[in-house]
Amino acid sequence: MANLHTSLGTLQLQNPVMTASGTFGYGLEFADIVRLDRLGAIIVKGTTLEPREGNPYPRMAETAQGMLNCVGLQNKGVAYFCEHIYPQVRTIGTHVIVNVSGHSIESYAACAEQLAALTDIPAIELNISCPNVKEGGMAFGTSAKSAAEVVREVRRVYPKTLIVKLSPNVTDIAEIARAAEAEGADAVSLINTLLGMAIDIEKRQPKLSIGTGGLSGPAVKPVAVRMVWQVAKAVKIPIVGLGGISSVADAVEFMMAGASAIQIGTANFVQPDISERIADGLSDWLDAHGCTDVREIIGAAL
Amino acid sequence: MKKVLRDLRVGEVSFPNASHLLLRLVSEEVLPPIVPGQFVEVQCPTSGQTMLRRPISIHYADPEGRAIGLLIHCVGEGTRSLASLHVGDTVSCLFPLGNGFTLPSGRQRCLLVGGGVGSAPLLQLGRELSQMGHSVTFLLGGKTADDLLCLDAYRPFGRLCLTTEDGSLGTKGFVTQHDVIAEPFDLIQTCGPRPMMQAVSRLARERGIRCEVSLENLMACGMGACLCCVENTSQGHRCVCTDGPVFDSRDLLWT
Repeated sequence: MANLHTSLGTLQLQNPVMTASGTFGYGLEFADIVRLDRLGAIIVKGTTLEPREGNPYPRMAETAQGMLNCVGLQNKGVAYFCEHIYPQVRTIGTHVIVNVSGHSIESYAACAEQLAALTDIPAIELNISCPNVKEGGMAFGTSAKSAAEVVREVRRVYPKTLIVKLSPNVTDIAEIARAAEAEGADAVSLINTLLGMAIDIEKRQPKLSIGTGGLSGPAVKPVAVRMVWQVAKAVKIPIVGLGGISSVADAVEFMMAGASAIQIGTANFVQPDISERIADGLSDWLDAHGCTDVREIIGAAL
Repeated sequence: MKKVLRDLRVGEVSFPNASHLLLRLVSEEVLPPIVPGQFVEVQCPTSGQTMLRRPISIHYADPEGRAIGLLIHCVGEGTRSLASLHVGDTVSCLFPLGNGFTLPSGRQRCLLVGGGVGSAPLLQLGRELSQMGHSVTFLLGGKTADDLLCLDAYRPFGRLCLTTEDGSLGTKGFVTQHDVIAEPFDLIQTCGPRPMMQAVSRLARERGIRCEVSLENLMACGMGACLCCVENTSQGHRCVCTDGPVFDSRDLLWT
């Protein structure tokens, strides 16, 4: 059996398969369906310093091989996470990584600082790419300067593995990745959702409450693969690839584009046990292709 | 409550009218416990553009036969594709999801108000309530007689009152205009179009009757992960898929 171990900075993963923030709850929701200890890591919901109610309903529209959402970072805040969720997930059987968002540099840093104190949270994913909130979120991820500032301040207070999640809604994603790397990010993950829109032609109005939303699912995969490939050529830190992965072949494709690990997102809604299936299937794929180590395929197409 | 992801075999397919489909899905293994009002996320055999599962309420559960029944309104690409299923095909189902209706203790007078395909989960609810010794009255409404489906299935479990907007069957008008609604009840449980449920809730509130409402907001995961299906409640945004689909009408803000 091929060796599936991979690493993001100092964080060792038993395999490269992670679940994407906002698509897998806190892992607990999927415990009836998925053997969580088979996954490389779980990235839990976007967490902010203060509780957030998110955007009004409707927040979702299905599109061709994809979906739009404008949830808007609904969560109960980092204090609630630390007090109520953390005790339930700290022994879930795999790494739990918290996705962190904010509306100001200070709020990102304050949230990260509280999470740094949690022994069994080995990493955070800094979300500078949410397209669904008015202030903050994607605003930080669309210029190299602001991305650098927020990564710098969070790096100051967060000593463990820091992954920075990048927005695809930019002219040059490699430039943003280089800025994150320069400020000490241990890894970058990409892509967050692509800003999109759908209109109900009978009602003559947008399908989503705030008009626009983030597109995810198989429809975005070629864009995501291209961006992973571009970023892989631009930075030395590891890349976590995501965007429409719904099969072993998709996971292999992202890894060949340069990803050291991958995340399953929207596919969790379609086939709730897909993350475990891909973790198992990746091992089979490597065996069938004569690979003894998953690292043989990372960046193979660069 | 434990949920399962399981391939179910199509045991029976029938078409109560041109736009509705009744599926009997059979499980190889014993069914998990199912509460009336819970639902299934069904993978649709589309060849085209949709990919998300479709949430469908459980019309009946038959633990002895290891089967569930789904009454489906075929409105879009996903649900229409289910009409192409044949006996013997398998369908991936994630179930049972959601909280389900309250099954009260004691002997209560229950009014079950359904509109269109929203009547579907009230069959299993009425069956269980009547087996528990409660008195059950079904009040089912539709635009025309064609919308009132599978009526004979309901009759063994309670009194059946019907309304149609065009008067083609039962009392002419909306469910809230039927005489039965003036009778004394201890509990009202309703599922159907939002304006109907809002009117029923208002009426229940005026008369001081406890009222439960089953919502069917657009949803993706069905498991409380995506947070897309939220409803505005007195406790903030709550997920219809896991905190619901059944809510106490007093908790809903109807915005």
